[in-house]
Amino acid sequence: MSRIEDFLPDLPCDVEGPIFAEPWQAQAFAMTVALHQTGLFTWSEWAEALSQEIKRAQAEGDPDCGDTYYDHWLNALEALVIAKGVADETLLAALRDAWDRAADATPHGEPIVLENDPQHAFG
Amino acid sequence: MRPPQVNGQGPVEKRGRAVHASGMTHQTHDHDHDEHHHHDHDHEHDHDHSELSEVALRVRALETILTRKGLVDPAALDAIVETYETKIGPRNGARVIARAWTDPAYLARLRENATAAIAELGYGGRQGEHMQIVENTTDTHNMVVCTLCSCYPWPVLGLPPVWYKSAPYRSRAVIDPRGVLKDFGVTLPETMQIRVWDSTAEMRYLVLPMRPAGTDSWSEEQLAHLVTRDSMIGTGQPLTPGATR
Repeated sequence: MSRIEDFLPDLPCDVEGPIFAEPWQAQAFAMTVALHQTGLFTWSEWAEALSQEIKRAQAEGDPDCGDTYYDHWLNALEALVIAKGVADETLLAALRDAWDRAADATPHGEPIVLENDPQHAFG
Repeated sequence: MRPPQVNGQGPVEKRGRAVHASGMTHQTHDHDHDEHHHHDHDHEHDHDHSELSEVALRVRALETILTRKGLVDPAALDAIVETYETKIGPRNGARVIARAWTDPAYLARLRENATAAIAELGYGGRQGEHMQIVENTTDTHNMVVCTLCSCYPWPVLGLPPVWYKSAPYRSRAVIDPRGVLKDFGVTLPETMQIRVWDSTAEMRYLVLPMRPAGTDSWSEEQLAHLVTRDSMIGTGQPLTPGATR
């Protein structure tokens, strides 16, 4: 999914834009920006949460080559959302499982929607 | 504004020329595990139903809660992604640089207060606060890095490229900037001093490259097309007039 200019940074082209290796990364990024706009947290709170998460991962031996950056981002976002009382770990885990069941029940190539969860835990 | 200083943990003397790095306000982690990339994604494509990776499931779980609580609007999320992909991007930064090349009064304001001067052009906000311009000259080349995480001036440069976020770039940029530049295809004269600026949450740097030769009659608009993202990070040079024809 990487683009050529990542491997040829000096490629003489009019380089545009961000690099998301996978769509979920862009989505996690956008949610963070949106929550900041909503006022759930300040940008320095976010920067601190992300920085703490990266330090923690590095302390645990993550070589941190850029490919795990959005993993840290997602961990930090979940932690901050929980800290702000918007959700708790149980609810997040239950929703994650519901999405997993929904994905399993969705034929390949069709959009995955939460309503496809056979248990209809959330919709 | 913090002047660059020799980094305490020691950017080393390379080829007879001192390498300066900015003062670091935080602990650095100089891992050099270039060959130890993670491959921890869960990929199983042997089923005929849809699959979502573990992280994708977690993102959907978060989005579901946030949407149901009215904290985010899925359409707004799409708009944000779109904005960063196509609207913001490095073109904003390129306009700042082109204006600085053509308007001495603007250059003076940019040197004095980059955040305000950049805001004049309508760019600012998240991650764009506390900008500082660092100017390339005939004897100094500037390069920007964030050794701890990857602070990056999104409003002017868009989202950071993958290599900017990698530990090898972050650590090597400080220890061996000339080697990093060489990897990027940039060879500088031995006498050129290289300054490495460590971005923090408080201060983001934007490199002002030198205006390419042979562009005296060029308009600001034309000049903006010569300014690449990498030239504003310091890992590249602006395009030359011939390169765009």
